[in-house]
Amino acid sequence: MSFQKKDLISIKDLSASDINYFVETAKEFKKISLKDIKKVPTLRGKTVVNIFYEPSTRTRTSFEIAQKRLSADSLSIAISQSSVVKGESLKDTLLNLEAMKPDAFVIRHSESGAAHFISKITKASVVNAGDGINEHPTQCLLDIMTVAEAKKDFKSLKVAIIGDIYHSRVARSDIYGFSKLGAEIYLYAPHSLLPRITEYGGGKVFIAKSMEEAVKNADVIIMLRIQKERASYYFIPSIEEYRNFFRLTPELLSKADKKVMVLHPGPVNRDVEISGSIINENKTHIFKQVENGVAVRMACLYILIGYQKLNG
Amino acid sequence: MDKLLIKNGIVIDPLTKTEVKRDVYIENGIIKDLPAKKPTGAKDGVKIVSADGLIVFPGLIDMHVHLREPGYEYKETIKSGMKAAISGGFASICCMPNTNPANDSEEVTRFLIEKAKNLDLINLFPIGAISKGLKGASLADIGKLKEAGAVALSDDGNPVEDSALMGRALLYADTFNLPVISHSEDIKLRGKGVINEGAVSERLGVIGMPSIAEDIGTARDVILAGYYGVKLHVAHVSTAGSVNIIKQAKKTGAKVTCETCPHYFSLTEESLLDYNTNAKMNPPLRTEMDKRAVIEAIQDGTIDVIATDHAPHAKDEKDDTLDAAPFGIIGLETSLPLTLRLFHDKKISLIRIAELMSLNPAKILNISGRGSVSNGYIGDITVVDLNKKWQFTERGIKSLSKNSPFIGEKFKGKSSFVIAGGKILKEN
Ligand SMILES: [Zn+2]
Repeated sequence: MSFQKKDLISIKDLSASDINYFVETAKEFKKISLKDIKKVPTLRGKTVVNIFYEPSTRTRTSFEIAQKRLSADSLSIAISQSSVVKGESLKDTLLNLEAMKPDAFVIRHSESGAAHFISKITKASVVNAGDGINEHPTQCLLDIMTVAEAKKDFKSLKVAIIGDIYHSRVARSDIYGFSKLGAEIYLYAPHSLLPRITEYGGGKVFIAKSMEEAVKNADVIIMLRIQKERASYYFIPSIEEYRNFFRLTPELLSKADKKVMVLHPGPVNRDVEISGSIINENKTHIFKQVENGVAVRMACLYILIGYQKLNG
Repeated sequence: MDKLLIKNGIVIDPLTKTEVKRDVYIENGIIKDLPAKKPTGAKDGVKIVSADGLIVFPGLIDMHVHLREPGYEYKETIKSGMKAAISGGFASICCMPNTNPANDSEEVTRFLIEKAKNLDLINLFPIGAISKGLKGASLADIGKLKEAGAVALSDDGNPVEDSALMGRALLYADTFNLPVISHSEDIKLRGKGVINEGAVSERLGVIGMPSIAEDIGTARDVILAGYYGVKLHVAHVSTAGSVNIIKQAKKTGAKVTCETCPHYFSLTEESLLDYNTNAKMNPPLRTEMDKRAVIEAIQDGTIDVIATDHAPHAKDEKDDTLDAAPFGIIGLETSLPLTLRLFHDKKISLIRIAELMSLNPAKILNISGRGSVSNGYIGDITVVDLNKKWQFTERGIKSLSKNSPFIGEKFKGKSSFVIAGGKILKEN
């Protein structure tokens, strides 16, 4: 197996075998994280630059740990408000960094298409760490890995994705990723937060008529975070209303498959999109997701800049 | 067990589109097929009501009523509004949320339902607000309103100015299968207008409301519903332009329905020639051409519902200049007689009236078990004497308010009595 692309920008661009390749590789790297000495020399001498145009403690930490465990030289740049004031364009910033010859950029940006834009500028590999409402491919891969550790076959797997789907890069990547592997996707949200078009390259994607229909017999439930600002733009009336009608409760959860896996990309709004008790009683795989996140990011960097080196 | 037999009426059933002389049997509030052994009277425990020579409609539903409770009880209370409705032949009314406080919360919805239950007269179906406080700035807690018993949403009285809010309201309400009723109007274009802009406003020297203010509002709302593929009910259509927009939208498959009010097919702006504030409402009375378009739309099915937009105002409030007097007229007691004129003039059939005033409102509002006189439906019935000649007088008005342009009008046809849930209600 191999992966020929320079960048990891979107799940949309990956084949089912690409996805499996990333996940299988991640499973190997996970073993490193379970050892006493959690470090391998795989990326020794490689330089990785993490550029975060949007604050994200968890994703950034996950990437940084992955880089350290692979012995890469890495640095993180949080582009604060002040540099925006300075007026340097995204392109100029990247050209400057490019001149220092890094091997990879990890990019988080609030604008959709930012990672794609940067990948055209640089010769280095680009890993999309989330662009606007578009995609979050490493989150999708870690979700798939987490499910793959428990479920052998993705064919006929019922995956419910519930919440602010319209604004969710996690949802967009997960819909493509899980459906490429053959899963059936059931989306549920206030209709104001559903995508207008639900055609995802031939994947089996359905809009559930109710929360109950979405979770009934589900093997996997992915709950999405709702942002308070959505009420200001009329997508929802209020957080209280959202809590009342779109929250995963223990009662709803009981309608899912007995072995259902509950995922959430975090950070969680407790008792808004998911009942706190579901988390307290360890009925979610949130921490498993975080753990697998490091392995997935190690695998991505290895595949993009380590593996090619070995073959080059 | 409560048993009721309505004998010998001509039963109009819009569901089966039949008009047959037959008996209607109601047991425990539900319409049932006649028992094999036909009940004959008290000895079978059955109350017999004669409908000899009368028309039996499914209980009429007025889906657009402004009751003024809570907040403006001097104009109308739930009770006085219901009395007016019974007198007008209605077994169900839907009340708009522009009360004080506005019905934008489960508390107000529950208050209305509770109050109606205690009155034990006809059915009351509350309509909740689209936006908090009817201010058009944020969505009301729509799921909560539905849970409390609201059958639809509307900011009626105010158009929803912000297209993003309107669009998302339509989508969000669709999540709960709750119909949205639009008061479609471009409020800036309406400006300070008080009557239709045209010959009469010029003649009176008052500021007019251009008919296109309604057309533009209707077009926007219909486009939103069409684009999002969700249901929309347009309230009180009064212009040829709106009628045409809705007709075209229906052709393209948009899930749009609409209503008009009796005054729009009965009167024109001419009624305002003496500055008659009792003919001031919004949308305003229009031209002869608009009136004809509305009647045609009632005939061809573009208009789905006749509703009253019953809007009571106290005498003192209407006793003012055209500029200052509030918009709105009462309509519960004249709606059926005005609609019957269309029948007497051979413009529409009785089955069509039953569609417009019972079956269609029930369907649009998902009020199940109503709108038909058939087995299993709720025992809501309106019995009508088609030929009764009478005069609408101020003294005879049951509504607390008397603001009607039809006072003094002579009518042919009136409801004789109403049955709601198997219970007979007379106007007094
Ligand atoms: Zn209105």
